[in-house]
Amino acid sequence: MLAYTLRRIVGLLPTLFVLITLSFFIIRLAPGGPFDQEQALAPEIRANLEAAYGLDQPLPVQYGRYLAGLAQGDLGPSLRFKDFRVTELIASGLPLSLTIGLAAAALAFLIGVPLGAWAAWRRDSAGARTLMNLSLLGVVLPGFVVGPLLALLFGVYWPIFRVGGYEPGEVSFLVLPVITLALPVTAYVARLTRDSMREVLQANYIRTARAKGLGSRVVLLRHALRPALVPVVSYLGPAVAFVITGSLVVEAVFGLPGSGRYLVQGAIDRDYTLVMGMILVYGAFTLLCNLLADLVYGWLDPRVRVA
Amino acid sequence: MTTRIRAALIVLGLLTLLALAAPLLTPWSHATLDWQNLAAPPQLAASHWFGTDRLGRDLFARGMQALRISLALGLLATLVSVCIGVAWGATAGYLGGRVDAAMMRFVDIVYALPYVFIVIILSTLFPRGSLAALFIAIGAVGWLTMARIVRGQTLVLRRREFIDAAVAGGVRTSGILWRHIVPNVMGTVIAYGTLTIPQVILFESFLSFLGLGVQEPFASLGSLINEGAQEMESSPWMLLVPAGLLMALLVAFNALGDALRARLGSAND
Repeated sequence: MLAYTLRRIVGLLPTLFVLITLSFFIIRLAPGGPFDQEQALAPEIRANLEAAYGLDQPLPVQYGRYLAGLAQGDLGPSLRFKDFRVTELIASGLPLSLTIGLAAAALAFLIGVPLGAWAAWRRDSAGARTLMNLSLLGVVLPGFVVGPLLALLFGVYWPIFRVGGYEPGEVSFLVLPVITLALPVTAYVARLTRDSMREVLQANYIRTARAKGLGSRVVLLRHALRPALVPVVSYLGPAVAFVITGSLVVEAVFGLPGSGRYLVQGAIDRDYTLVMGMILVYGAFTLLCNLLADLVYGWLDPRVRVA
Repeated sequence: MTTRIRAALIVLGLLTLLALAAPLLTPWSHATLDWQNLAAPPQLAASHWFGTDRLGRDLFARGMQALRISLALGLLATLVSVCIGVAWGATAGYLGGRVDAAMMRFVDIVYALPYVFIVIILSTLFPRGSLAALFIAIGAVGWLTMARIVRGQTLVLRRREFIDAAVAGGVRTSGILWRHIVPNVMGTVIAYGTLTIPQVILFESFLSFLGLGVQEPFASLGSLINEGAQEMESSPWMLLVPAGLLMALLVAFNALGDALRARLGSAND
């Protein structure tokens, strides 16, 4: 298992390498540069700046230098935030982004799985049907629509939570962002659980368990839940990826100082190293989550375990 | 099921009609400023049915113009990504072997990359606000799912007798693909294609929300939502109008796609 895990981690490297290479060259192809301003810089200053950051070198040389820096864990200097390394910038925002993202993912699975199981158990009740119709709405609506609406509802008209002007350490600011982020994932998890639970409940061993006189609660919790969770767990990877990319939007909506804004701002400013750093960190995180989901999947369902 | 399809089609038809006829319905255009009515709530008086924004631009006119962009981009980018996806998937699935492995490996790698990043990177390639850029960026990632689905279907079809008959009859590979494989996967393609449209619309709005998509003076539902969110305390209609339009569009397309998949998918699988 350990060897397999290690092999899978090494297997991520080519994908990551493709991601780095693609984004490195594509973003250099983009028109404009990091030193474009309202007032054009004097050519000499510009040339000096470019030389200082090594941007005057041919592209392959820059690429090689970037990779060499990367191998030492250095993401380079930010071209727009003077005197900041990209690593510092990302490290300053990442804890908040991760807190929101992971809280949302945890919330989504903790609420979504019981809801889905309940909907499968009480499949014909009006409550279960309403729930599933609502969940369709939850899956469809994007965070940048739900977020502002929630903020309007619970931050302005009915001010339970605080929005805008984030103060570090105040949990009240984080409730709505986490809910916004968790909502579509919760809805999707509930639907997945419901569907797979329905299928499992028709299996022969469930009938056997019922026939030997077990109560439906025991059957549901002890016999049906674990196999029903297999497809749900395989969604864990994509879910975390979704939550991470979603945090971009949520941070913009609620004005939170996470690291998501660096990706967008970096792309607009042509801050090459900053964009690259963000893509690398978020990309690696996404890939790791997918891998983790695969591994848990094998633990839940012995049939897919690889020797 | 049919009532659902009908309801979705009616909503979509109405929205399309409204979007196309909007220039005839309102005296305002998406860019005219009405200095008498800055940030005015919805009213009949100056024909600002959905109110105006902070610069006095009519939100009905802007909303409908944004709807036109969403619909046009949604349909065009979907069409392109469906064409690429079908061609890629059918070729890989039919030829099989090494070609298949190589082609699908490529899809897998691009699939593993977070698509939001790809779209953001690609959208920087072009001058800001060019629709062509959005179109290419979204089309470039939209075809992956379609390629996988079509390949799966083609793998099944390839073993059927009528394909053997066509091969024995001397039909060329391109002919088989075009005349025998593609028509047979069409049902699934249409169902998933319908589900691709709301994704494309969502992408465009998402990019515009972040400021990377459609630029002033034109509006996108995403950029309208962004502006509205900043003014929601004093003028909530600026948020509610574009949010409502986008919700209606997404729900209708998704409902339609789901219903079609349930009907067409079962006939094919």
